Amino acid sequence: MSVLRLENVSRWYGNVVAVNGVSMSIGPGVTGLLGPNGAGKSTLIHMMGGFLPPSSGTVTLDGEPVWDNPGVYRRLGLVPERETAYDFLTGRQFVLAMAKLFKLPDPGAATDRALALVEMTHAQHRRIGKYSKGMKQRIKMASALVHDPPVLLLDEPFNGMDPRQRLQLMDLIRRMAAEGRTILFSSHILEEVERVAGHIEVVVAGRHAASGDFRAIRRLMSDRPHQFLVRSSDDRALAAAIIADGSARAVELTGKGIRVQATDFRRFTWLLPRLSREKGVRLWEVSPADESLESVFSYLVNR
Amino acid sequence: MNATIALITLRAMLGRRRVWLLLALPMMLLALAVALVVTGNTDTGTAAGVLERFALATLLPLLALIAGTGVIGPEIDDGQIMYILTKPIPRHVVVVTKLAVAIGLVAVFAVVPTVLAGMVLVGDAARLTSAFAAGTLAAGIAYTAVFVALAVAVRNAVTVGLLYALVWESLLGAFVPGARSLSIQDWGLSVADAITSASAVHASVRTPAAVLLLVCVTVLATVAAAMRLRTVTVTGAE
Repeated sequence: MSVLRLENVSRWYGNVVAVNGVSMSIGPGVTGLLGPNGAGKSTLIHMMGGFLPPSSGTVTLDGEPVWDNPGVYRRLGLVPERETAYDFLTGRQFVLAMAKLFKLPDPGAATDRALALVEMTHAQHRRIGKYSKGMKQRIKMASALVHDPPVLLLDEPFNGMDPRQRLQLMDLIRRMAAEGRTILFSSHILEEVERVAGHIEVVVAGRHAASGDFRAIRRLMSDRPHQFLVRSSDDRALAAAIIADGSARAVELTGKGIRVQATDFRRFTWLLPRLSREKGVRLWEVSPADESLESVFSYLVNR
Repeated sequence: MNATIALITLRAMLGRRRVWLLLALPMMLLALAVALVVTGNTDTGTAAGVLERFALATLLPLLALIAGTGVIGPEIDDGQIMYILTKPIPRHVVVVTKLAVAIGLVAVFAVVPTVLAGMVLVGDAARLTSAFAAGTLAAGIAYTAVFVALAVAVRNAVTVGLLYALVWESLLGAFVPGARSLSIQDWGLSVADAITSASAVHASVRTPAAVLLLVCVTVLATVAAAMRLRTVTVTGAE
């Protein structure tokens, strides 16, 4: 059992709180850490990986603290988002060096296995400086897997990948999870996360906003009231009709149109054209006002 | 000492443009020595002057700065140190290994050229060359340890190191009597002073004290670097 546990973890820099009282438990299988940019995902992953100490709270792997504990890296593998590997080494030299630093009994064989796992065997003798972005990412993965760790942390691993590479990586993650590993990866794209992760942890503005499987998270996200901005030839008449129907929670007459908060999203989209036809109102503009991921997330936080 | 870390560090140091920087300074020293020989200025006084003011006071600290900060500074700035720190290796092993590589580079690019310059100028008259070999090696070790610690502790280690080597040791040392005895350069000179019989070489600190200070500074700097490396946090986190 390899369980990464965060208990009431906070991290602040002076007055800025990056992570605020987050508690979660990451067990075997694939867990997705979901949240908009700047939510604190990277900070959380860095704390789980022993790069940053929590300002308060504890981060432990099977009970052992992760911070200031080099021994923990025998069981932990990390794929950082930014740090590039040594440009002047070939792929093989780099992974082999990592294998030796892990003090593996047979570094050469472990290197071969890791390179094969990420499908970089054909390019292993080329210098990393000459790799494409996807190849650099894969060689970083190989270096994180070479010691066969039971826990793997990936920081935004799909960033900058084309669809084919993304599928390959998802496949690799699934395979490794099937072997019983604990895998955590971060992303700000729900679609990416829900395809691979059995369990999703949502982080917004440094707080732990939601936790569950992807269906539950999806439901949370689509069951919120949707905001629309509607401009028409007769705002008042339309507003009255919309309120009378009941599929909207609130309708606001602004100088620039009607702002509708629809609780029943589907019904409202069916309703609006019908109503405008019945009332003889011409619709000039209908636009969703809060489709950004941030607004979705902040809705989750404010629940 | 970890051979893998040493090899990566060495490749990083010698594979890039930095190696030209490492070569440029000793080349200047040797060119100067040859020029002096050609113009017939090969008395021990001149040689001692060259070895003290150029080799020990200029070439050595600058080279130790390049080597000491170069073996660990760029890796910390780029975040690549992460690949070394996320391994089951104690931090002091990392520091000692990189320090050893840096000292090796200082030995090759500063101490050896000093010996060559000395041999070219005066052979080993008045044991001048042996004296400065020992002096530059001793001071070189201390300088390198200080600069490695600086590179771990602060972000613009090169600037701070230059300020120390040029402002503190050279400028203040020349004008403020007390400052002289608080410089690694003087302690190295003291080691040379003990070995050579040339009167031109004279340090303001007695040799036993100088050796003790060199050892203390080296050990303290290494320990400080190891402790500070334990808490190096990843840069570039949001």
